[in-house]
Amino acid sequence: MENKATRDAYGDGLVALAEKRDDLIVLEADLAAATKTGVFRKAYPEKHFNCGIAEANMMGVAAGIATTGKLVFASSFAMFAAGRAFEIVRNSIGYPHLNVKIGATHAGISVGEDGATHQCNEDIALMRTIPGMTIINPSDYVEAKAAVLAMAEYEGPTYLRFGRLAVPIFNDENTYKFEVGKGITMKDGKDVTIIASGLMVAEAVEAGRALAEQGVDARIINIHTIKPIDRDIIIKAARETGKIITVEEHSVIGGLGSAVGDVVLEECPVPVIKIGMNDVFGESGPAKELLKKYGLCAENIVAVTKAALGK
Amino acid sequence: MDEKLVRQLEITATKIRMGVIEGTHSAKAGHPGGSLSIADLLAYLYMHRLNVDPADPQMPTRDRLVLSKGHSAPGLYAALAQRGFFPEEELKTLRHIGARLQGHPVRGKIPGVDMSTGSLGQGISAACGMALSGKISCDTYKVYAILGDGELEEGEVWEAAMFAAHYQLDNLVAIVDNNGLQIDGKIGDVMSPYPIDEKFEAFGWNVISINAHDFNEMEKAFNEAETVMQKPTMIVMRSTKGKGVDYMENSIGWHGKAPNDEEYERAMKQLKEHLAELEA
Repeated sequence: MENKATRDAYGDGLVALAEKRDDLIVLEADLAAATKTGVFRKAYPEKHFNCGIAEANMMGVAAGIATTGKLVFASSFAMFAAGRAFEIVRNSIGYPHLNVKIGATHAGISVGEDGATHQCNEDIALMRTIPGMTIINPSDYVEAKAAVLAMAEYEGPTYLRFGRLAVPIFNDENTYKFEVGKGITMKDGKDVTIIASGLMVAEAVEAGRALAEQGVDARIINIHTIKPIDRDIIIKAARETGKIITVEEHSVIGGLGSAVGDVVLEECPVPVIKIGMNDVFGESGPAKELLKKYGLCAENIVAVTKAALGK
Repeated sequence: MDEKLVRQLEITATKIRMGVIEGTHSAKAGHPGGSLSIADLLAYLYMHRLNVDPADPQMPTRDRLVLSKGHSAPGLYAALAQRGFFPEEELKTLRHIGARLQGHPVRGKIPGVDMSTGSLGQGISAACGMALSGKISCDTYKVYAILGDGELEEGEVWEAAMFAAHYQLDNLVAIVDNNGLQIDGKIGDVMSPYPIDEKFEAFGWNVISINAHDFNEMEKAFNEAETVMQKPTMIVMRSTKGKGVDYMENSIGWHGKAPNDEEYERAMKQLKEHLAELEA
């Protein structure tokens, strides 16, 4: 399997999107090489605008552009897009429900060596609280690129979350279809359901395989759209498998696990066990080692799942 | 400027002031002080400068006005009503439950409002986005943003100031309502943004200083702004907070407080008398 970061799909996706939408504008905050909007800048220099290291103003500028009807992406690291600029995203983009797409790369602890100041584990929680905000957290290059392209026809404020780390491409570019708000069953199963998002989907799929070898038939679901969330697929899983494990590269407070929990609590209360950052900051280190240390890996998913099933 | 036109603008400005008093009194809340200080500016912009059409509020070629100091919504609403965007009578619904006239302006709710504002520092960024978008597609519309002087304490304003100069947004005119007062006191005492003119000049703007209550100075400044190329223009407007209602003038207490029944009568009496003089 080829490895590629979802942030690469962001840059490539923007280039492909410009062919569909002539009015596309991409804003950047001095991170073009890292967010990969540099790829877009090379292809369309006249549509790329650097706002400098000033994310608050960038979000406001994006809002202003959106009022004139153009399709605009504002790009930065998740920490600054969702964190530093939160209140501008809420009041200038969310409240007037403007068609601004926020391309947030370097989400989660897989940022690696830069450490906790740059490892955003709070962005999904923050964005979920904004009424009308769509949140998309793609799992691999193929899904991420498809998500960016889908923005050609998807109206409304949308937060797209990408990772820095190169990860396996497991979706097939020729057959993969992206639909906002639709979860994807990666593997059917009846004993338990593992719901994952973003880079954790590949880990969950691997865990599913290992569990099968150990006699556990786990259903694996990919939730790429955290808001609006696919309620049906979650309720069905709760009813049919009776137990849910969620996995996310994000705080266990307010992210995928909380979103799944909200649905389950209302519709079909079953245990929801959350794997994620357990209310702690990250630290410096190689991304893969960090993911292991904080339990964001197939081995830990297997262990937690088995414990939940009393095996 | 033609004397008759000046008189007409003075009449409109007085009606805007009456709308401010009407709205805040009815709401029992709101911000009269900073609305009154920009009433003349709003009259000038809506009755003389802006290319807007109440019959077609979404007209693509329209000029944009962003009220970055969104708390002066009572002034903006009164001006929009004067220009015919909605009935004057609606001003009495300000801040009422279910009303279109929210405490701070909301895009999409009221015709004539292009951007939701109220959180200080944000409107100027949105105005920069509108101006940049106009440049990209070679549109001829102008973008106007009205800021408070206290608002200049927000860091985002200076990010936007850098941006506007960097992208040479000469289709953007910002106006600072320099009434010298903010909630906690005189701006010079709370956190001085002075010298405002020199700061914006240093940021690469064309800066013009005027008296906020002199239409001839206003006309000269906005005309000059049209001729300046490759630079955004900042009009620093020395104003009187609460202008037009004697007990509110230069009074810190009238930033965010509504007149009670007695105060309402007193203010309306003054304004009506002034209006009668102007119309005589």
